[in-house]
Order: sequence, then structure tokens, then C-alpha cells
Amino acid sequence: MIIHHPILGPRDAQEFVYLGDASLIGRPDGMTASIEEFHNYTYLRDNPAGAHRELWYHEQGDRSWLVVTRNTVTHEILQVELARDVARAEGRSK
Amino acid sequence: MRYSGFRILKEALTGHKGWGHAWRDPEPQASYDYIIIGGGGHGLATAYYLAKEFKQARIAVLEKGYLGGGNVGRNTTIIRSNYLLDGNEPFYEFSMKLWEGLEQDFNYNAMVSQRGIINLIHTDAARDAATRRGNAMILNGADAELLNRDQVRAMYPFLNFDNARFPIKGALMQRRGGTVRHDAVAWGYARGADSQGVDLIQNCEVTGMRIENGKILGVETSRGFIGAKKVGVAVAGSSSKVMAHAGMRLPMESHVLQAFVSEGLKPLIDGVMTFGAGHFYVSQSDKGGLVFGGDIDGYNSYAQRGNLPVVEDVIEGGMALMPMIGRARLLRTWGGIMDMSMDGSPIIDKTHVDGLYFNGGWCYGGFKATPASGWCFAHLLAKDEPHVTAKAYRFDRFLKGLMIDEKGQGAQPNLH
Ligand SMILES: Cc1cc2nc3c(=O)[nH]c(=O)nc-3n(C[C@H](O)[C@H](O)[C@H](O)COP(=O)(O)OP(=O)(O)OC[C@H]3O[C@@H](n4cnc5c(N)ncnc54)[C@H](O)[C@@H]3O)c2cc1C
Repeated sequence: MIIHHPILGPRDAQEFVYLGDASLIGRPDGMTASIEEFHNYTYLRDNPAGAHRELWYHEQGDRSWLVVTRNTVTHEILQVELARDVARAEGRSK
Repeated sequence: MRYSGFRILKEALTGHKGWGHAWRDPEPQASYDYIIIGGGGHGLATAYYLAKEFKQARIAVLEKGYLGGGNVGRNTTIIRSNYLLDGNEPFYEFSMKLWEGLEQDFNYNAMVSQRGIINLIHTDAARDAATRRGNAMILNGADAELLNRDQVRAMYPFLNFDNARFPIKGALMQRRGGTVRHDAVAWGYARGADSQGVDLIQNCEVTGMRIENGKILGVETSRGFIGAKKVGVAVAGSSSKVMAHAGMRLPMESHVLQAFVSEGLKPLIDGVMTFGAGHFYVSQSDKGGLVFGGDIDGYNSYAQRGNLPVVEDVIEGGMALMPMIGRARLLRTWGGIMDMSMDGSPIIDKTHVDGLYFNGGWCYGGFKATPASGWCFAHLLAKDEPHVTAKAYRFDRFLKGLMIDEKGQGAQPNLH
């Protein structure tokens, strides 16, 4: 699989480490969230067959985190964004 | 019909005209007492034990493709009960005992071959860990032996004992471990279940669940609605897809695992060998092919095929362990989709929906579990309480902090 890095261009997926569903960006507030909310965040996944937004870390590259939208049935990569941009758009790290 | 040596003689003398089909191909009835979704090893074993051991009737298995077309026909056929943790080891040892009597029980040659499995050791720390694991196995009634370097050399003199990075220092051995003809397991359970009156319905995909007032009434399928009092789901890599019909999100990701078979070679490896440090394991089939594999690809996938980086990684592991493997040609590779759970251990449990039960999260190790998984799931379905060896396989273990994490990797399915 080739990941089209927004800054570095096409890179082999082997340079990256896979973390999982990009919803992990939305960590609940540790001071207010219930145990159930944290359980759901940490352990439960949509795990779709089809388009999946997921976190890849460019460990053997520029060390950036990317949000890759990939079809889990065909392995086709549909979109690549910097996780930083996605997180900011979601209102995190103001 | 009972299969036997006498039967073969009789058929040989009468032109093999009397064998007949191994199971019926019935039309689905309007409703059943029990519907099992998924005609893989676990679903078929569940139906078999539900009818035979728990004396239940009006049972159907619904399979979207053909029986045994999923992981039960794609795995590398290894059975073992060499787990460390209390939540796991009694269950896998129960499974091993069922394997030992399986062929007589379901009257089918599944080629259960207890040829022994060794896990290689390369460091003092790994030897300590293997000793601890072996003791845990023995405490749970399984067998385990610690082999030194010379004992491993006597078994497999061709291994690369002096690899600079991973010199072989010994191995943990389970002599009762081995391999089983995977397809024959599906066929044996299918035939056994059918002869107990279970309807095996192929080309029947479950596309929805009818749930009213918190109770299951039946399932929508590609062959119409089928009513049921109880529904048990055993669909391995498709678990999240099927349980979404009940509004559930699971503690699971689906990942692809690849397997490899070389051309047929003369007898070389009589047992099963795992080289964990090098992400490689191997056995030799009775036809002579080296059957081997390594790590999962590591990203969510429903593709039933993997990518080349893992092929390279697995072959490198093989070359490091037994360099002469480089002279053999690779015949086939394929992939299967696994239900990788958040702690690497399975779930056999009720759900929040009355009458809906779940069996899954088997990761890359569910083949060895097939008999016990079927038995324990049938126990749960028939009696509404867990079998004693499967008590820890609950959904709420993640909420309660009772994870069964053999490797201590945490909630990261691709590391288990
Ligand atoms: C390459 C590879 C190597 C492996 N090696 C080993 C090994 O050496 N030892 C070991 O112990 N384990 C191994 N495993 C794991 C083991 O194969 C699985 O854990 C186990 O087979 C899963 O249970 P099953 O047999 O019921 O699954 P499957 O055979 O996959 O059965 C599930 C069935 O459900 C059906 N289904 C899915 N969705 C629906 C639906 N909506 N409606 C109706 N039916 C549906 C599927 O078609 C499928 O037939 C390996 C797996 C792979 C892929």
C-alpha cells in the first residue's frame, strides 16, 4: 500500500506504524467522563467493512501522525490528512 | 451411515455406489429453536454438541457461503494447549482432550496428529518465561517439557543454532500438541450435526436481526426471514458486521493473517515449530508441503488477502531459522480474516438482547479451540450459564478490568 503523505508525497506503508480507528483522537475528558465512556473509547470499535478512518504514524519518516481513509475491503486508500489538522478541526488542543 | 474399515471393503466390492452424500441440503424451515449463524468450525461444532450432548432439537446452521469456506479451511492446522493464564489454559486443555477423542466421537477421520510442538528459546529470560508457562500448563493438567539445546538439535539438526541475533538455547515442548486436517474438522462436525437432525443451510447470509422489546425473534437472511427462540453467532472475522445488526459495537478489529505452503518435500519436520522471536512458525503436511506463517498484516482488513511486506517478513524469518528453506519453491499463499480482540482472548457470552448469544474474538488461534468452543457455546445456549472452563470469556471483562492478556500488550489488537 502506498500512502500519499500530505507533505512528503507517496510513501510505502511499511514506513508507518498502524494504531487503529481515528476516533481515538476524540479521547474523553479524564476529569468528567464516566467509566463507561472510557471503556467504550478504549475497547469498542466500529470495525467497518468499507471506508475506515485510521491513524498511521510515520515512524521511519517525518514522525507525523496521519489520518488515512482506507477501504478495508479493497485496501484502496481514499484520503490522507495530517492528524494535527483533523484534531484541530475537531476542536482539540486549542 | 457409519464409516468403518468394513464399510470400505463392502463399498469396494459393490462399486462404491452406496456412499451417498455426507449431509443433506435442506430448505430452511419457517422457524427453529436454535439458529447458529456461521458454518465454520465453531458454528458446526456448536450445533453438533447442542444436539448430541445437550439433547436439543430444531437446530439450524446458517452459512453465507459454503461450509468450511472461512477460517476453518484457511488456517495452518495447529492445535496446542500451551497457554499461561488461568482464564485460558483450562479451556484450551479441555479442547485438547476433546481433540483426543474427536474422531471416534464423530466417526470421521480428521487426521488428528499429536506430533508435538516446540517453541524455541533464545535467551535466559525467555527460558524463565517458558519454564513459568510450562508449570502453568502442568498445573492445569496439560503436558509440558523444557528441552535443552542438544535435545532440540537431536530433533532438528538443520536449524541455525548459532544465529548471531537469536541463537537457539532450547525449547518448550508440548508433545500432545500437533496438527489436524482442518477441512475434515468442518466436514466431520457437519456430517455429525446433520446426522443428529441439524439443518445445515448454505448460501444463506444473515442480513438483519428481528429484535422486539429486547428479545430476538429471528433473523433476516438472503433466503427470507427465519424465526428462532435463540440465536448464536459464530462468524469469526465477520463478528462486528453481524453484531451491528443488534446495535452492538464489539471490543474487536478484523485483521488479515496470511499462510504459506511450499512445494512437496521429503519428510523433514515431524512436529510443529514456532520461532516467535523471528515471527515464523512451520510444520510439514502429510503431502510434504511446508506449511508456515508469521505475523498478521497489522491493519484493519476484510480483504482475505494480505500484502507483500508481510510475505517478505515471514520468508526472512524462515531463512534465519532454517536457511535451506531458500531452495524450496513457494506453492500457495492466502489470507483469512480474523476477529482480533482487545486482549487477544475470545468471548463466549450472552448479549443485552434476550436470546442472542455471541462467540468470537478468536484471533489467529481459534482452530485449536474448535471442539471446546462448540461445547461451551452449546452449554451456554442450552443452559443459559457458562461452561466452567469458559467463565472468564465475558463481554464485561474490559469494563471490570479482568482482561485475559497473555502477552500483556493492552488494548491494541494488532499486537496480540
Ligand atoms: C492464515 C490463518 C492461519 C491460522 N492458523 C491457526 C492455527 O494454526 N491454529 C489455530 O488454532 N488457529 C489458527 N487460525 C485461526 C482459526 O482459523 C480461526 O480462529 C477459526 O477458524 C475461527 O472460527 P471458525 O472456524 O468458526 O471461523 P470461520 O471458518 O471463518 O467461520 C465463520 C463463518 O461465518 C460465515 N459468515 C460470516 N458472516 C455471515 C453472515 N452474515 N451470515 C451467515 N454466515 C456468515 C462465514 O462465511 C464463515 O464460513 C488461523 C487463521 C488464519 C486465517
